[in-house]
Amino acid sequence: MAAISREDVLHVAHLARLHLTDDEVDRMQAQLSNILEAIETLADVDTSHVGPTASVIQLENVMREDEPRPGLTREAALANAPLRDDPFLRVPTVLEEGR
Amino acid sequence: MSDLPLADRTITEVAAALRAGETSSRHLTDACLARIERDADRLNTFLAIDADAARRAADEADAEIARGDGADRPLLGIPYALKDIFVTRALDDDGRPLPGGLPTTAGSRILEGYRSPYASAAEEALADAGAVLLGKTNCDEFAMGSSNENSAFGPVHNPWRESTVPGGSSGGSASAVAGGQAYFALGTDTGGSIRQPASLTGTVGMKPTYGRVSRYGMVAFASSLDQCGPFARSVRDVALVLRALAGHDPRDSTSVETPVPDYAAALTGDVRGLRLGVPREYFVAGMEPGVESAVRAGIDLLAGLGAEITEVSLPSTDRGLATYYIIAPAEASANLARFDGVRYGLSAGADELWDNYKRTRGVGFGAEVKRRIMLGTYALSAGYYDAYYVKAQQVRTLIKAEFDEVLSTVDAILAPTSPTVAFPIGAKVDDPLAMYLNDACTLPVNIAGLPGISVPCGRSDGLPVGLQVIGRAFDEETVLRVADAYERAADFADLRPPTSVDA
Repeated sequence: MAAISREDVLHVAHLARLHLTDDEVDRMQAQLSNILEAIETLADVDTSHVGPTASVIQLENVMREDEPRPGLTREAALANAPLRDDPFLRVPTVLEEGR
Repeated sequence: MSDLPLADRTITEVAAALRAGETSSRHLTDACLARIERDADRLNTFLAIDADAARRAADEADAEIARGDGADRPLLGIPYALKDIFVTRALDDDGRPLPGGLPTTAGSRILEGYRSPYASAAEEALADAGAVLLGKTNCDEFAMGSSNENSAFGPVHNPWRESTVPGGSSGGSASAVAGGQAYFALGTDTGGSIRQPASLTGTVGMKPTYGRVSRYGMVAFASSLDQCGPFARSVRDVALVLRALAGHDPRDSTSVETPVPDYAAALTGDVRGLRLGVPREYFVAGMEPGVESAVRAGIDLLAGLGAEITEVSLPSTDRGLATYYIIAPAEASANLARFDGVRYGLSAGADELWDNYKRTRGVGFGAEVKRRIMLGTYALSAGYYDAYYVKAQQVRTLIKAEFDEVLSTVDAILAPTSPTVAFPIGAKVDDPLAMYLNDACTLPVNIAGLPGISVPCGRSDGLPVGLQVIGRAFDEETVLRVADAYERAADFADLRPPTSVDA
């Protein structure tokens, strides 16, 4: 089960919005297969009566009053943007819908 | 005073000298800066420094000390370093560079040149304490690694033997403290990234309980596991820094509202009657014999001090690695989705949005980060979510329950920190699984959210070995007390790397 195909690698890379070179795809296929093989040993653990732990601290939702407070200024928030068109961030064209 | 060079002494020692007027913060700061400059090429510990800003902060601290304002501020005037995973404010409200502002890279090309418009909680807390920020230390990219070889800005070298790694991911902070470049430094620990490098560099490093310290302004890796904590050259020094960091912060809703004790007051040197458990599963195959014998000798020493040592069992220990390598990459793949080339950081400049996401991330992230994003995305993807992610969270429940049970019968747990001493740079870079095994003894503690410390317990093959003390949630006091009692009795505290010759 652990061996994953080149197509699997390309599919997951697409989900992660990650461009990989051909060499990286080859390496990733071998390395992920090895790592997944090690990870799949968890399947032997009997967890039929065990709930999942998402966080170790038992905190309820933490709420605060919905009051306006000072935050980042627009200038400070935009200062690191690779592309800007004040007072906005700019992004490259989105060519196709639903892609 | 010890006979060590000024730059190699403890906070406790130099703070007393500061109060007594025998030295100045400016003098301490210059001593650290001289070491940083001397060893810059040799150790590659710092990614950014601002010597002028550090000297200005030191002069301010000296003025406060002269006015007698330093009595209750043990970190006043003490030079320190931040792992470059903590943002440091570098922009004013108009988006212009602040003088003395340091960039934040997280060890990644994707953030090269990033200047934060806000300060991290750690930076603020330590500024309030009067500590002097020297600069930002090198680390594995996004804190992913156990050797510091995953930094986009080159590996860090271990001052004990320059051909070896300092551990990771907080390798720069560890080497800086070991090498006399800073009196303390902060790191982050998601699976061992403070304790393992502390072990490999002969420093003391602590991961506090999950929720004990605010993570506001820490670049996120795995949100249910990450915690920040100090490296220093004595347990007492670590206790002083932890006191300054700990406490609730409304900006980090995972930080817990619980009183912060005076940790230094817990250091009684007395462990008589304390029950300390030694889990048999932590002495694993692949552990170096020299490491095992140093750790066993450390346990015997604590027994000699009057602690009751009992063997305990944490049967799911060998499931820790697999559990961690599902949960941590899954959370990382979500956290790192924010690096999209739009709001900050690198942009590949492709002329179509989706292509630009892919190209930016493909060029900006290094091999290990890509591997973890892929692993995490796979574990969370349709059809695999239950088999991997939910399964790992269930095993997490088991691992935590085992710790809870053992810690209801003993006051703390003793274990090795790392199965090996520092290994040669390059030895494991092509074998991710071998690299991941470095954290086998530390990552279960993150999975359970508990506090843990690594304290030097001698050497093997001439390189430092660490003893790990693990405690109950929010009981950092017992962890520190055991480590301090050990440190005093073992007398390894003055051991410094052979490079510590001054300057």
